[in-house]
Amino acid sequence: MSDSAPPGCAGYFDAASAQPLHPAAREVLLSAYDEGWADPRALHSPGRRSRMLLDNAREVVATLLRARPDEVSFRAGGTAAVHAGLLGTAQARSRVGRTVVHSAVEHSAVLHAARWLEEQGGKNRSVPVDATGRVEPDEFVAAAAGEGVAVACLQQANHEVATLQPVAEVATGCRDAGVPLLVDASHAAGRLDPPEGWSVLTAGADTWGGPRGVGILAVRKGVRWREPGPADERGYADVPTALAAAAALQAVVAERDEVNARQHALVERIRSRVAATVPDVDVVGAPTDRLPHLVTFSCLHVQGEALVTELDRHGFNVASGSACTADTLEPSHVLAAMGALTHGNIRLSLTADTTEDDVERFLAVLPDVVAGLRGRAGM
Amino acid sequence: MADEPTLVLDCTGMRCPLPVIELTRHLEDVAVDEVIGVVADDPAAKSDVPAWCRLRGQEFVGAQRHGSARLYLVRRLT
Repeated sequence: MSDSAPPGCAGYFDAASAQPLHPAAREVLLSAYDEGWADPRALHSPGRRSRMLLDNAREVVATLLRARPDEVSFRAGGTAAVHAGLLGTAQARSRVGRTVVHSAVEHSAVLHAARWLEEQGGKNRSVPVDATGRVEPDEFVAAAAGEGVAVACLQQANHEVATLQPVAEVATGCRDAGVPLLVDASHAAGRLDPPEGWSVLTAGADTWGGPRGVGILAVRKGVRWREPGPADERGYADVPTALAAAAALQAVVAERDEVNARQHALVERIRSRVAATVPDVDVVGAPTDRLPHLVTFSCLHVQGEALVTELDRHGFNVASGSACTADTLEPSHVLAAMGALTHGNIRLSLTADTTEDDVERFLAVLPDVVAGLRGRAGM
Repeated sequence: MADEPTLVLDCTGMRCPLPVIELTRHLEDVAVDEVIGVVADDPAAKSDVPAWCRLRGQEFVGAQRHGSARLYLVRRLT
């Protein structure tokens, strides 16, 4: 047992929901509370020191996300970044049109913002996905190039099933059509380079091990965008958490060759072993073009909530897209759009510390847990 | 009316996976090539009945309104 490992992380497979702060971020956060507590807009020396640290954080993030520092702003989380990005772009283009085009499997932050615009008189067009959760690029571009489209939104990778979207191809088509493309890079940022061609890029720092309340919004020079809502306070000035987010991103990028390869292999092992040892299982998502750390499958005849609870009892913490695990009757819109089985669903997302041993212990108990729950249901 | 169900299971008020469990239990109550129907009002059934057909190698015929619920039709192939 390592002294530095946070307690209880050995069976923790829910990094995509929340994960412990990256050790590099923790160190920076503590010292930034000593150095960067002052208001970065103030003209006095402590304020200027904060400003310097904030500019430093912005520059690190911009470089790693292949943006220019003056294109990047810090927001109060990934959801806030998506909302500001989408609403600000739609608002600036409202004379061209009021339609938002998005894939059927976007994060709810995108869907909620699009629905809110619809309530204000806008339109909302959802582009379907194939069985792996991927949009067909030509179909997406055709929708984006339609009449009166203000903005198109396509995630870099899906947060529930790990499938990568054909963003670079779509971006070329959107550019030719003159329609701005918002790319939500949450869960992919840090692990993978952002695709070329985005107009607006968003991400939540918690998805790469930064603090939970930091989001990144990047708007390309020349893209029309206006701060939605009252614009008297441009963004966010919590210097310590912004610095911690930048430090975590830097560390994740530095470690990613090793970590991604290890996680890819572990996820591959989970995918093939689950399919081989659990009968009637739907292993979902793209088999190769996917995020390295995340895997989803659904077990026929099993209740998602029961599966999560039973695995937790065995020391494994997983998420589920089944309706019974949410405060709603509706199952995951991602699984439904793919035509995947929505009940008995679990999602595993590995932390950088997840070991082969953790995965093997999970794979050893899973078939019996599923069989036990099926037995209780009389199956 | 080849798609007329031989047997209809009333699964109104049941939450998933119960409607699909009923489908598994009663599939063999109809002959091969016959259609079995499931009436369900759980929204998850809309995804789960076709997914069940894919996993179990049966044919999803379609769905239609049935009062405030929906009737899902499945043809037994094996």
